[in-house]
Amino acid sequence: MTSPADDRGLFEAAAPSANAEHSHNAPARSVSELSAALKRTVEETYSHVRVRGEISQPKLAGSGHCYLRLKDDSAVIDAIIWRGSYSRLSVRPEEGLEVIAVGRLTTYPGRSSYQIVIESMELAGQGALLKMLEERRRRLAAEGLFAPERKRPLPFLPRTIGVITSPTGAVIRDILHRLNDRFPVHVLVWPVLVQGEGAAQQVARAVAGFNALPADGRGAVPRPDVLIVARGGGSLEDLMAFNEELVVRAVAASDIPVISAVGHETDTTLCDFAADLRAPTPTGAAEMVVPVRLDLLAQVHEGGQRLTGSLRRLIAERAMRLEGLARGLPPIERLLEEQVQRLDERSERLTRAGRGYLDRRLAEVRHLGAALRSPREQIAAKQAQLGQTAAALRSASDYLMRDQATRLGHLTTRLRPDGVLNGMARAERDLEGLGQRQHQAFERRLADLSQRLTAASERLQASSHEAVLRRGYALVRDEQGAVLSGQAAAVAAGAVRVQFHDGDVSAQVHGPLDDGSAPGPAEPPARRPAARKGKAGDGRQESLF
Amino acid sequence: MAETPIAPDIAALSFEDALRELETIVRHLEGGQVRLDDAVDAYARGSQLKAHCERRLAEARAKIERITLSPDGQAQGVQPLDVA
Repeated sequence: MTSPADDRGLFEAAAPSANAEHSHNAPARSVSELSAALKRTVEETYSHVRVRGEISQPKLAGSGHCYLRLKDDSAVIDAIIWRGSYSRLSVRPEEGLEVIAVGRLTTYPGRSSYQIVIESMELAGQGALLKMLEERRRRLAAEGLFAPERKRPLPFLPRTIGVITSPTGAVIRDILHRLNDRFPVHVLVWPVLVQGEGAAQQVARAVAGFNALPADGRGAVPRPDVLIVARGGGSLEDLMAFNEELVVRAVAASDIPVISAVGHETDTTLCDFAADLRAPTPTGAAEMVVPVRLDLLAQVHEGGQRLTGSLRRLIAERAMRLEGLARGLPPIERLLEEQVQRLDERSERLTRAGRGYLDRRLAEVRHLGAALRSPREQIAAKQAQLGQTAAALRSASDYLMRDQATRLGHLTTRLRPDGVLNGMARAERDLEGLGQRQHQAFERRLADLSQRLTAASERLQASSHEAVLRRGYALVRDEQGAVLSGQAAAVAAGAVRVQFHDGDVSAQVHGPLDDGSAPGPAEPPARRPAARKGKAGDGRQESLF
Repeated sequence: MAETPIAPDIAALSFEDALRELETIVRHLEGGQVRLDDAVDAYARGSQLKAHCERRLAEARAKIERITLSPDGQAQGVQPLDVA
């Protein structure tokens, strides 16, 4: 395209100036000067570049800045994403990710290097985009944001519906139209950008904004019962706002149930996963969110009909049963007749029974009354009885008196003094005889006794001590006349009287003598009569008595 | 029955709950095993439920509004939205 001549010309044109500088022996620049000049040149020339490449060795430093390299088959360039830019990135730098980075070039004089400062980054190519989305989906799913148990049922009949979409265009028109067909309802549209820069932020803020409305309806704006996040169909890149983590998290965090209606049926966004229900289209969302009013009206009407009908049937059936039962009921008169008859019969029996009872009792009373005597009668009877008894008693005593008198008469006649007189004469005779016999007996007895007395006194005379004394024995007495019957008494008395048959003598006892050796002239005779005298006395007394 | 004032507990019911209870009452009555007193009471309640549902359906009216935002992006108020 350029001729050799041009090339040469250019070269030649440049050469003289260089040569000139050399030739002018221009003063040498310092490295810093050169580096600064280069930096200025690079930064001015490449203040805004889009470069496509593959991410290599991304590293997030502690400062929050991200260092990485972009490379292709044959070249590599260092890259840096300052912290502020990094947080706004829609694509997380990842090894091997092919991206289109937008930024500016700068140099780093301290190391003789140049690098690109990346301000934004997007995935290059659909395959890469889908790969990134899949990776994000997996990460958010791992957090549980898409869990089935998080899904809430939609209200059956919402009073207010919040729609988050563009206020212009077919989408909102389709939704409102379909809502109106089914069930006219209060719709609040939160206008948002659905594509491009800031769309994700707006959608997320709208979801949070609806949730922030006071639930009790006191605020100026009523809080919707359900939300629809809607967007028409488009390319994958067009729908990217609804794949942003920001939107996904806002939808997942919504207290109000959310229907996601983004794109066509074949389009799937991460917002769909996070929503409580996914509608294939915005129109589909309108069908899901309200029932058909006319259907409901018909249903309510039918319910009312069935209500009335069932009650009517219920009453009719009860009435029929009542009628049937009433037919089965015997007429009241018949029941009464029987009862009346029974009553009559009973009352008659009652009367009869009463009268019979009285009659019986009366008869009993009469019977008893007949047996009953008046006191006067009883007294009269007793008096009569008493009279009889008294008469009997009197006759009996008369009889007894007469009998006794008769017996007394008999006895009187038999009573005579002759017997007594005979007896007395006989007793006189007997007494006389007895007196004679007594006298004779007495005489005989007297003679007998005198005879025996004479004999006894003779025998007494014969056996007295004086008789003994005549035979030579003497009796020793003491001074007082008491008989001394032994040696010891005689020794004790001392002075003794010795009686002989012809008188007494006094004597003196000198003392005892030995037995048998030399008997004293007075002693032995004194002793012997004394001893024998006792024996003789005893014998005489025995015979005397 | 329309002029009968609706009991507060019924008025507080959502349409869905009111409709469900009406259905329950109807099925109960159609079963026939109901004491007549109870049936009459159930009928009265069913009629009120029906009235409540009808009123709720009659109220249905489209009202399309657009949220107006404050400078900090919060919902500030509403204004009619004309999308025709």
